[in-house]
Amino acid sequence: MQPNEFHPIAYSAAFYFFGLTALASAIAFVTRKSPVAAAMWLVNVMFCLAGLYVMLDAQFIGAIQVLVYAGAIMVVFLFVIMLLNLGHASELADARGRWGQVLALLVGLALVAPLLALSKGDLLNRMIPPDLAARAAAAAAAPTAGGVIGPVAEPLFKEYLLAFELTSVLLLAAIVGAVVLGKRRTDAR
Amino acid sequence: MLAEALALSAVLFAIGVIGVLTRRNAIIIFMCVELMLNAVNLSFVALSTLYGASGQVFVVFTMTVAAAEAAVGLAIIIAIFRHVKTVNLQNINLLKG
Repeated sequence: MQPNEFHPIAYSAAFYFFGLTALASAIAFVTRKSPVAAAMWLVNVMFCLAGLYVMLDAQFIGAIQVLVYAGAIMVVFLFVIMLLNLGHASELADARGRWGQVLALLVGLALVAPLLALSKGDLLNRMIPPDLAARAAAAAAAPTAGGVIGPVAEPLFKEYLLAFELTSVLLLAAIVGAVVLGKRRTDAR
Repeated sequence: MLAEALALSAVLFAIGVIGVLTRRNAIIIFMCVELMLNAVNLSFVALSTLYGASGQVFVVFTMTVAAAEAAVGLAIIIAIFRHVKTVNLQNINLLKG
């Protein structure tokens, strides 16, 4: 990984800005009644995550995040919301009752507590490979062939080539499935 | 920054789970699933700063699967909507005995 050219304080400030905005947008996203408003907040979450990816030295993933997630997947969601024409948001009060919400909150807390403990605790330090500094120095010294895309493309087309090819089959199956499912049924004879 | 990124990933994932459990609109539940996938992607990218670019390759695969899932899932939602004229999961109870 190349060392960041940012000032450390500016880096931290931007990181917390993107992170807290993503968090606030996610909370706004699950609490909106209108599906369109929820989708817009989710787009905001995805843009913030793209910023975080760039700050974590994954520039290509950040660009793909904006193009594929915010640009393509969310547009499909908005198209379907528009197509279904669900009516006004006030008629859509779709949240579960109070007990359901309390239960969901407990499940969420039970889920997040161990994960937070893991990310705060000593485990993270033990996960850091011992030769990290040497590898970082070697990566910084080596000429970066292919810029930021090269390090992603090389394992994608060598080590994970089979998975990459299978992905194309998956996409073809998804296209055919979506067309068949979405087709208006002509009257069966 | 790694610990913060992983913590944010955990919290985003939990928000997605809470959304799936509390909402009844099928489309919003679907978007919550997308949020969970994004949270997992964030941990992949954060850990790729330690373990090299393989994590980023997995993020590419995750995004492909998410795109395929969104296409098929939304087609299923449209097909269901044609039958029952709603996307509220409370009214979609054919399997209830």
